[in-house]
Parts: sequence; structure tokens; C-alpha cells
Amino acid sequence: MSVVSPAPPLRLKESYLSVSFTIRSWLLSTDHKRIGILYLLSITALFLFGGAAAVAMRVELMTPQADVVRAEVYNRMFTVHGVIMVWFFLIPSIPAVLGNFLIPLMIGARDLAFPKLNLASWYVFMAGAAFTLWAIVRGGVDTGWTFYTPYSSTYSNSYVMLTATGIFITGFSSIFTGLNFIVTIHTMRAPGLQWFRLPLFVWSLYATSLILVLATPVLAISLGLIALERLFGFGIYDPNKGGDPLLFQHLFWFYSHPAVYIMILPGMGVVSETIACFSRKAVFGYKVVAMSSLAIAVLGFLVWGHHMFVSGQSTYAGLVFSLLSFLVAIPSAIKTFNWTATLYKGQITFATPMLYALGFIGLFTIGGLTGLVLASLAVDVHVHDTYFVVAHFHYIMVGGMVMAYLGGIHFWWPKMTGRMYPEGWARFSAILVFVGFNLTFFPQFLLGYLGMPRRYHTYPAEFQVLNVMSTAGASILGVGYLFPLTYLLWSLRYGPRAESNPWNATGLEWQTPSPPPTYNFKETPVVTEGPYHYETGE
Amino acid sequence: MWDFPLFPESASNLAGRVDAVYFALVLFMAVIIALVCFLVVFFSVRYRKGSRHNRAMKPASALVELVWSIPLFTVALGIFTWAGKVYFDMRTMPDSALQIYVFAKQWMWKFEHADGRREINDLHLPVGEAVRLTMTSEDVIHSLYIPAFRVKMDVLPDTYHEQWFTPTRVGTYHLFCAEYCGTEHSQMRGRVIVMSRGDYQEWLAGRGIAAGNEVLGEMTGADLLDHFRCLTCHEAGGAIQAPSLTGIWGRRVPLSDGTSVIVDEQYVRESILEPQAKVVAGYPPVMPTYRGQISESQISQLIEFIRKSGVNRATAETSPAPVDGNVGGGQSDTGERK
Repeated sequence: MSVVSPAPPLRLKESYLSVSFTIRSWLLSTDHKRIGILYLLSITALFLFGGAAAVAMRVELMTPQADVVRAEVYNRMFTVHGVIMVWFFLIPSIPAVLGNFLIPLMIGARDLAFPKLNLASWYVFMAGAAFTLWAIVRGGVDTGWTFYTPYSSTYSNSYVMLTATGIFITGFSSIFTGLNFIVTIHTMRAPGLQWFRLPLFVWSLYATSLILVLATPVLAISLGLIALERLFGFGIYDPNKGGDPLLFQHLFWFYSHPAVYIMILPGMGVVSETIACFSRKAVFGYKVVAMSSLAIAVLGFLVWGHHMFVSGQSTYAGLVFSLLSFLVAIPSAIKTFNWTATLYKGQITFATPMLYALGFIGLFTIGGLTGLVLASLAVDVHVHDTYFVVAHFHYIMVGGMVMAYLGGIHFWWPKMTGRMYPEGWARFSAILVFVGFNLTFFPQFLLGYLGMPRRYHTYPAEFQVLNVMSTAGASILGVGYLFPLTYLLWSLRYGPRAESNPWNATGLEWQTPSPPPTYNFKETPVVTEGPYHYETGE
Repeated sequence: MWDFPLFPESASNLAGRVDAVYFALVLFMAVIIALVCFLVVFFSVRYRKGSRHNRAMKPASALVELVWSIPLFTVALGIFTWAGKVYFDMRTMPDSALQIYVFAKQWMWKFEHADGRREINDLHLPVGEAVRLTMTSEDVIHSLYIPAFRVKMDVLPDTYHEQWFTPTRVGTYHLFCAEYCGTEHSQMRGRVIVMSRGDYQEWLAGRGIAAGNEVLGEMTGADLLDHFRCLTCHEAGGAIQAPSLTGIWGRRVPLSDGTSVIVDEQYVRESILEPQAKVVAGYPPVMPTYRGQISESQISQLIEFIRKSGVNRATAETSPAPVDGNVGGGQSDTGERK
């Protein structure tokens, strides 16, 4: 972006953080930056909660027999883990925290298009989270995050309706956020900021927002129909009442497969920004990368049937869904290729955000390619509903999205808080996360091809060694997550003060002070060039 | 400890074909992952800040994207077609096959052979003969999965789903429920016992239970209780309620027809073979019969187990004498027990 003028030194009082210190000023703030921080605090707490459930599961799985918890408890653990991590961490993670904070800054606006709707989205999110947590406290839910019928609609004796209500409510916060982003990106770009001058982070969140707005209502419909069946006995999914259990799977995956892309596209956006910055180069094939985000958003709606190759769905439908699933891999492959090509002839440095981005490339490649194994019909018959699937989507969701999220948090931490994090600790924990992650989830690919089904509380003895390896990895991964939590909090008080542009990055967000004032920009910036105007060879 | 498998056994006609596609995919993935990792590391080192390598670049042409993407995509399409072909063959039922009916319920597998012979959680099959499973569920969705055969198919209520395979190696293999089906999902496991044709004929001829179940013959009462999934229902706190087996021995229990019976050898044996004959009051008549699936010696093992674990606390000091009158409406059966 063009350098408008070096940011003037800011009096502390003007920063969005110090404009007021009352709780009321936070809870009633319509400042997109403060709402981003509210989301950051909420989803961090929820992440720790969902992570605790994962720890309990990994401890239980160290031995083949049941020894720590009973089957009822184990089933509630993996359901809680899935529900919390998907709807209350991954989906809001980058969009609601970094997207909220950065989109107006990146496009030179003073706020989102609908600031009050933005605040409302946080309250709706918290209401949904409260419902879900209440359901868990009262006794939990044991259907798995997928809520397959007729188990969920007729047979489960757990708090299905309460949890589903929580998710239903939270869906509206997704819709509010998506709508807000779409309108903001369309109407509030700074003068001269044409579509193809937008940072790739904005492009990826634009694609994400389209999915949020279009797919989430289908989730609401499928959960609503479960409510009709459970509460009023309508025969929708239960064959005993004339319903069709597969209908639920179609509706659920019509939402949940696009939702997978909600959970990875924003991470791709973060990686594009950090790789460009720490290679000192424009992203290779900018337009192709931007368009591939949209291609993923569109194609993502057409592949839901690949979750149903052994459900009894028509063989020919299976063939079409398999082909489309191969096609949706193309835009992802393009991105991976282009990030790698961006490194070529750069001036590469290895700050923590870059370590996370490089880790992302490797893990996302593995996650994406193993998706092709699952898209291959005959092979999916064998590995469907085994640990192979568990490993695959954790490579995407954790190896991809969580790595990108942590990278993004480190990259924009100076901007968000006005403080630098301790680089040595941060690099160390990035490497710890990478090692722990691989040790946790790589053995699960082997377990899956061996035939260990997922959602198993007990298992045959020959699977134990790989399970112990996975648990050992999880303990390293867990420690790797606790480090950033600690040193980032520490940095709020003891970290060195950040300059307005500590990474010497392009992008409008770096041309305003750290932390930015409430109004973001004193004068609306005028943009005259593309987003990655890095000069190589310096 | 270090003797653990990294790759599953192959024991059906389909296993080798699925593995072939998988190996092709693994090779495809390995090449790409190695290439990406190599380039990332190579560029990171070569073009680290301050290195002296030349940074002068010609503007890249859009052709670069096509040069790498077209060959990769062609290979991927080839794998798609190959996997699709194997899938179609899996889904096309053979003209003649050994017909087995499968009934799934929370949390057990029931198999019915063409001659009416029934099994629970065990499926005996001859080697080298095509088998067709016609499957339905009595409650939720289950999924019948035999990893060694590389076959899996969901089992739905109110619908028949079919799958087929030809076992190619004699042996005992895991049979799993792969679709999450509730509390004891991970206990919904069984065994496929592939026998030589001779052994299978013998098994069919009725010498089967002992011959085919040598392993079962050595099981203790507790093992059998586990094998036949008795505790799925006969345990306090389960989703399906049935009388707890602890503390029941020697007691007089009320029956649904208003009479009562003392729990002794005769009643336990009858309950295993003809569960609907005398149902304890307050419980639904849902237990399946185990006639033909359990040998007399196994029944006696179970009886001994219940006798030992089931001595009523009130009379524990003596041999289990019948105790009258202290059971009302089965309420002590629902008492807390761990």
C-alpha cells in the first residue's frame, strides 16, 4: 500500500485500549477492535475447555480397556470437544477475532458497516455458548458433534435439545458477522482501494463470509427439524415415524462441509500475509490466490456427499461427489504452490509468525492430500469413520487453522496490544507445537488404515502402542499451547512497547499507531498500489 | 511391546485391490509432500535474508501454474477413476453367494445363516466362497466394518443395505461397528471366523459350537459375560434396563405374569435359551435367545459365575439358600451397584 505519511506519535489517551477503562465501556463498545478482543477472550476460554476434554480422551485411550472414565462420560467428552472446538472456537477464531480487528484497518475504514450488529453478534455468540455450557453442566450430550439421526432425534437420553439450541443461536452470530464483513468490504474500502488491491486476508474473509451467510441457515434448518421430531413427534428423520435418517446427513453435511472451509480459508489469508511480509515479496500469483478462495467457497457447497460413501447413497451420486472432491483440491493446491513460489528469491527472516506459516504449508499439504485418500471411493470405504479421518481433519483444522491463528495472533499482537511478545519463547513454543502436533496425529493415520474406528472408548490391544504415541504427542502439544498463553499475558505488562510497524510490513493496518486509536485513521488513507509492495534486494 | 502391526491383514478378494489404490495414493502424496517440504526448506535457506544469491527475476508467466498443475491433475484423475472402478465392483453383488442376514441393535450383531442357524457377534464363514450380507438395524444407524476385508457399509433401520466379499484366508478377524451408535458403541465388536471348507462343514453339521469356538471353550464365566454382551443390559445404569445379575442368585423374583420364581440353575438356563418365557416384572421383554449359540458347558460357566458373584448379602455366610419375600417389584434390582 502506499505510504501516506509516517504515523504521528500518539498520545496514550487516544489508543482504543486506553480511551476508557470501565467494564461498561468494553461490554457496550461498538468499536470493532474492542469487540475483536471480547471474542479473543471468550474463544480462548472455550478453547481451553474443549482442550481439557481432549486431554481426558487421550488419557483414557492410553490403555485398551476403560479405566479413567465410563463409556457414557467418554462419549460426552468427544461430543463436547467437537461441539466446542468447531462452533465455539474454530469458526469464530480468525474471522471474529482477527477479522473483526483487521478488516476495517486493512481497508482504511473507521469501523465495520454495522457496529451495533457486530456487538450484537458477540452477545448472541455468548448466549449460544451459555446454552451449550449449561447443557454440559446439566449432564452433557452424547451424540457426537454430528448429531446423526435417529440416534440424536429418538434414542439419545442426553441434553440434545439444549445443546442444539446453543448451536442454533450461535449460528446467528456467524450470520451477523458474515453479513457485516460482506457489506463492509463492498462499501467501505478507502479511495483507490480497488478489489485487486485488497490484501489476500480480506479476500479470504470475503469468501468465508459468503459461506457463513449461505450455509449457516441450513444448519439451523437441520437442527430445527430435530427439535420438531424430539419435541412434537413429527416423523422427519426416524423411520419408525415415516422419516428418513439419511435426510439429516444430507442437510448436515450441506452445511458442515462448507463449514470446513469456514475453518480453513481465514487461515490461508493469514498465511498469505505473513509469508509475503517475511519474504519481503509480493505473493506469487496474487489474482489466482484471491480467486482460488472464491473457487473454494463455491465448490465447497458441492461436495457434501463425500461424507456418505458408505451410507447407502447411490453409487453414481458417490462417483459425482468423488470427482467434485478431487476438483476442490485444485484451488488449495494452487495456493500451496504459490506460497512456496513466494519464498523464491525472497529475503527470508524467521520471526514466529513465519515459523507458523511455514509449518502451516507442510501440515496443510499433508491434510489436504490425505483428503484425496478419503475422496477416493474404494479407499474411503475402508477408512471412513476410522482414525484416518480424525487425523486428516486435525491436520487441516489444528495443523492448518490453529497454526495460522497462532501465527496471526503473534503477527498482529503488537498492533492489537501495543506490546512485543518475547521472540525466543515464541519460537520455541512454535516448534514445540509443530513437533507435538505431528506426534499426536501422524500415528492416527496408521491407526486408521489398521482399522481402528473413531469414537471408540475401548479398543483391541494391538492398537495400544500407536495410541500411547498419540497421547505422548498430545501432552507436548498441550504444553506448546500453554506457553503462548503465558508469555502473551506476560507481554501485556512487561513486553517492550511496539512501534506502529514493527515488521516493516505493507498494509494499511501498519500505518496507524500501535495500538490504533478508536477512529483507526486520522485521515482516510488513499491507496495507489497493490497490497504487497515489498522491495526485494534491499 | 514393540510387536505391533502397522498395516492391516489382507483377507478378502477386495483387500488387495483397495490396498493397490492406497499405495498409489501414498506414492502420489509422498512425492508432492517431499517436493513441497524440499522447496520450502531449500528456499528458506538459500534466500534467507542477507544471503548472497541473486534475486534478479524475470516476471513469471501464468504458464508456470499450468506446467505443474496439469500433470498432477491428470494423475489424480487416474486415481479417481481407478478407485471408482473398485467401488463399483464392491457395490455390484455377485450372482451367487452365501447369503447371510445381519441384524444390528444396540450393541450387538446378530447373524442368520441360510439354514436358519443364528450367531451373536461371531460370524463363521468358509474360505474362498463369496458372501453377501443383507443388513438392517433394529434401532439406530450402525456400520458393519471388517478391516481385514476392507469392507464397510452402514446398517440403517427400516432399510436393507448389502455388501459382499470373498474371504481368502483362514483366520479370525475383527468385526467393528464403525458408526457411532450410543453408549457401548466401542463394545459392539465381534469376530469373523474364516474356516477351511472341511471345518466349516463340520461346524454346519452342529458339532460347531465347540469346534468353531475353541477359544470360547476356554473362557471363564466373566469372559463369556463379556463375549455375549450380557452386561450391555444386565448392568445398573445402562440405557436398556434388565435385572442386575449381582445379588440375584437364590432370590425369589416377581414375574410379569404375576407369579414369581426362584433364581436357580434351571431359571438361569431357561432365561438364556428362552428369555421370553419368564420375564421379571417391570422389565421389557427385549432379550434375544441364545439357543444354538452357546454350549451347555458355557451355560454352566455362566450359572457358576452368577452363583458366585450373586450371593445375596443377607445370606452370604451360608450356601445360597433361597430367600423368600424380600423382593418387591424388582426394586432391589435397581439399587446402586458398582
